[in-house]
Amino acid sequence: MTPKNFKRPDGRKLDEMRPFEAKVGIIPNADGSAMYKSGDTIAIAAVYGPKKMHPQHSQNPEKGTLRCTYNMNSFSVSERIKPGPSRRSTEISRITEWALEPVLMLDKFPNMVVDVHINIIQADAGTRCAGINAAAMALAHAGIPMKEMVSSISVGKLDKTIVVDLSKEEEDFEEGEGPTDIPISMTHSGNITHFQLDGKIDSKQLMEAIELAKKSCEEIYEVQKQALKNSINLNGGED
Amino acid sequence: MGGEELEITPEVTAERIRKYLESAKRFDGRKPDEFREVIIEKGVSKKAEGSVRVKVGKTEVIVGVKMDVATPYPDSPDKGNLMVTAEFLPLSSSRIELGPPKFDSIEVGRVIDRIIRESKYIELEKLCIKEGEKVWTVFIDIYTINDDGNIVDAAGIGAVTALKLAKVPKYDEEKGRPIYGEYESSLPLRKMNPFTITVHKIGKNLIVDPTKEEEDVSETRITIGSSDGIIHSLQKGNSSSFTIEELEKCFEIVEKVWKELFKKVEAQLK
Repeated sequence: MTPKNFKRPDGRKLDEMRPFEAKVGIIPNADGSAMYKSGDTIAIAAVYGPKKMHPQHSQNPEKGTLRCTYNMNSFSVSERIKPGPSRRSTEISRITEWALEPVLMLDKFPNMVVDVHINIIQADAGTRCAGINAAAMALAHAGIPMKEMVSSISVGKLDKTIVVDLSKEEEDFEEGEGPTDIPISMTHSGNITHFQLDGKIDSKQLMEAIELAKKSCEEIYEVQKQALKNSINLNGGED
Repeated sequence: MGGEELEITPEVTAERIRKYLESAKRFDGRKPDEFREVIIEKGVSKKAEGSVRVKVGKTEVIVGVKMDVATPYPDSPDKGNLMVTAEFLPLSSSRIELGPPKFDSIEVGRVIDRIIRESKYIELEKLCIKEGEKVWTVFIDIYTINDDGNIVDAAGIGAVTALKLAKVPKYDEEKGRPIYGEYESSLPLRKMNPFTITVHKIGKNLIVDPTKEEEDVSETRITIGSSDGIIHSLQKGNSSSFTIEELEKCFEIVEKVWKELFKKVEAQLK
């Protein structure tokens, strides 16, 4: 399907992610915290809890609640965005909860809430995925019982070509069929917990995209795992 | 794991903080008028016209400057606009709850706005594109990352240093919009360093740069915005009072601390 002369704007290979890195334990006040950087996108996440859910009528006696908030700094994008929640951030917050909840053993914390706050410091596409990657590490760092890790990546289609980890420039791609953006999150064992799509694609290519996401998530997982290991000081315990 | 919420500093700790201060001692070994270590990281967001991460001890804020073209206010048709906001992110402390801005963040935004505005640090008269029609707006946005007391002074350092690093984007006359990512010049600033320094009163003692625990014990505070001994803004906070003698002492402390802080910030910006 890929035209022979297709080149990505930044010269990356089709299955090549932007340089990415992770760091765990960046916010001393938080019970768990992490940073995930992919190209020019930087997300930080902090976990507070489990703590008692207020108000009382929001408590769930059967299992704990995961509460995520995604927030972009006003100066994280070219044209300043008004500080505070928006329709977009509200949706991403909820999607982040859905992406992470399946791996959390929340039944251990009835009537409690785990707060995950995600902040985007610098945005260059893929912020929700970066946020989810940071949040998953922060949850593990906070010691919230988890069955496995969650990793997230945006794959995409530029005209007819499937590529991984779209940059902002690629998101604004205008040739041919234009860009299709497909953020996917999956657990280490390969279960998809978050899946969105904007654009135009057939199911065959979509399967190709999912396979590419799986491969990329495995690479991200290794970096997340290493960052968590690095956060543990073997000489004197944590911190 | 957190388990319970971080509550206000318990009374036993408060008692001990007061006792220590009677002999001019603090938990972290600082003198009453000693600022914590200041670390400034330049350029935390490429999309901002200027940005910094400021660490004062364990307290951390990030401050970004954005610029846009807007219509001027009727009372200043030939001057740029300034807007300062502060957000206390729930990410920075277990005490901060979600929801509309609380008083703390509103106050920090306003206090920093006033020192920058009243000191005339930004040469707003140079930010006029067409009188009465188009001027630059300078946005200073402050975000807390880790709150271990004295957010306001950290925010002030952040605002001044982010402005120092800020560049004015090119202006596309046809479209009447800025061209982000392409820069015309540095932001025009006057030669000064309008920092705020907040003095807190605990018992009969005056301290600067409190940690969160100390802030909890503070009875009253005064935030003084100044540059080179000239005071440009001032705000007393909380219900307890200062005597005139205490205020005089506050001014002395601020003058001394400002000089030290200036050196610390200068060293970080090199």
